[in-house]
Amino acid sequence: MEVIMPNQTAGTTWKGGGDRPFNASYGKMMMWFFLISDALTFAGFLGAYGLMRFKFLDSWPIADEVFTHVPFTHTPMPMIYVAFMTFILIFSSVTMVLAVDAGHQMKKNKVAFYMLLTIIGGLIFLGSQAWEWKHFIGGDKGAIQLNSGEIVQFVDKTGHQVSLESFAVKTPNKRVRHTRSNGLWFVKEASIPSVTLAQVTEGFKNNPDISLKTQQIDRATKSKVIVSRDEALKLLATSKQVVKGANLHVNEYGKTLFGDFFFFITGFHGFHVFTGILINLIIFINVLVGTYEKRGHYEMVEKSGLYWHFVDLVWVFVFTFFYLV
Amino acid sequence: MAHAQSHKALIWKVFGLLSVITFVEVLLGIYKPSALHLTKVLGTSILNWMFLILTLVKAYFIAWYFMHLSDEKKWFRRAIVWTLVLYILYLSFFVLTEGGALGRTFRGVFESITTFS
Repeated sequence: MEVIMPNQTAGTTWKGGGDRPFNASYGKMMMWFFLISDALTFAGFLGAYGLMRFKFLDSWPIADEVFTHVPFTHTPMPMIYVAFMTFILIFSSVTMVLAVDAGHQMKKNKVAFYMLLTIIGGLIFLGSQAWEWKHFIGGDKGAIQLNSGEIVQFVDKTGHQVSLESFAVKTPNKRVRHTRSNGLWFVKEASIPSVTLAQVTEGFKNNPDISLKTQQIDRATKSKVIVSRDEALKLLATSKQVVKGANLHVNEYGKTLFGDFFFFITGFHGFHVFTGILINLIIFINVLVGTYEKRGHYEMVEKSGLYWHFVDLVWVFVFTFFYLV
Repeated sequence: MAHAQSHKALIWKVFGLLSVITFVEVLLGIYKPSALHLTKVLGTSILNWMFLILTLVKAYFIAWYFMHLSDEKKWFRRAIVWTLVLYILYLSFFVLTEGGALGRTFRGVFESITTFS
């Protein structure tokens, strides 16, 4: 009969002897099984996104027209910012795997250094995401929602979107924001748009250069349909409200579902990044105080590394399905 | 494990590859060449197929070399990868087919079932 030896091999915590199924330690295998279930959760979310995207294939917002912000400039540049975020996450994955590599060689200081870099990379990513959310929620040019629920935007002669403020007529705005002190004490109102429906409609009539861009995608050119002025006025006669920015009920970019999926999926991924940073921080402190040096192996770094790489892996897919295709 | 050799060179090589793929994806995403974008092969454009394949290549390199799947026992690796690939293919096939059908119903147009969009 085999003699039971604790810590006979690195990272063994299987009970009942020295057997290691698949030669993997208990903790590592359970981490993998957790990651499988988590991957299927994300697959479910992205699958739901795919379902709705296929349903509304010719009215879904075009990502390049939505995510155009880059810090320190007002020139619209699609893809650049999210490419930066992707790069940060890939790089933090590299420093993580370097930490694991240093752990295999029992180099405590190197493990600590690379883990610190990984944590910083994670924080930069999370900050970038917060910035992107801020601009997504705050909005840019504004749009009008019609009674049908459709979002229409305004473009100039070159087809570039223009802001509502740039052409709306400047009549005095009589509408006062509803606050608890001037209205019902139990009703709150978010900030009201800087322009009213009437001002936008009037401004549109006065500016023959402005055209209306609908949600509809022309299949031949894969771009949004811009309608004639006559048709635009007919559509504007059915307008419901001015929309600025995004929330869960309505957003200026197009389908409400687009905004909801954006918040939900990138939010869930961001939450994973957040917990990943926390886990890495705990492991980092353990490295510093020498827990793994005493234990004789750095397998915990490897396990938290698996989780961190998984977060990167999910982002690769989110990046593709939200920003590329 | 304490005496394992360093894989640094391999790690940096994989990093270089992932960066190059991301760079290519971003370039294609910015310029969207019409010759690739305005096509339709097997339900979507060639450009979208390229994005999908490049994504899977990236996923492969992350899983194999960063998550060390290449070092795991063959059947442990297969237990993980085959499970995911099978379930996700299954899910996406039905969900996307259904999405296309919902869309056709929604638009009131009953097109040929051979096209997804």
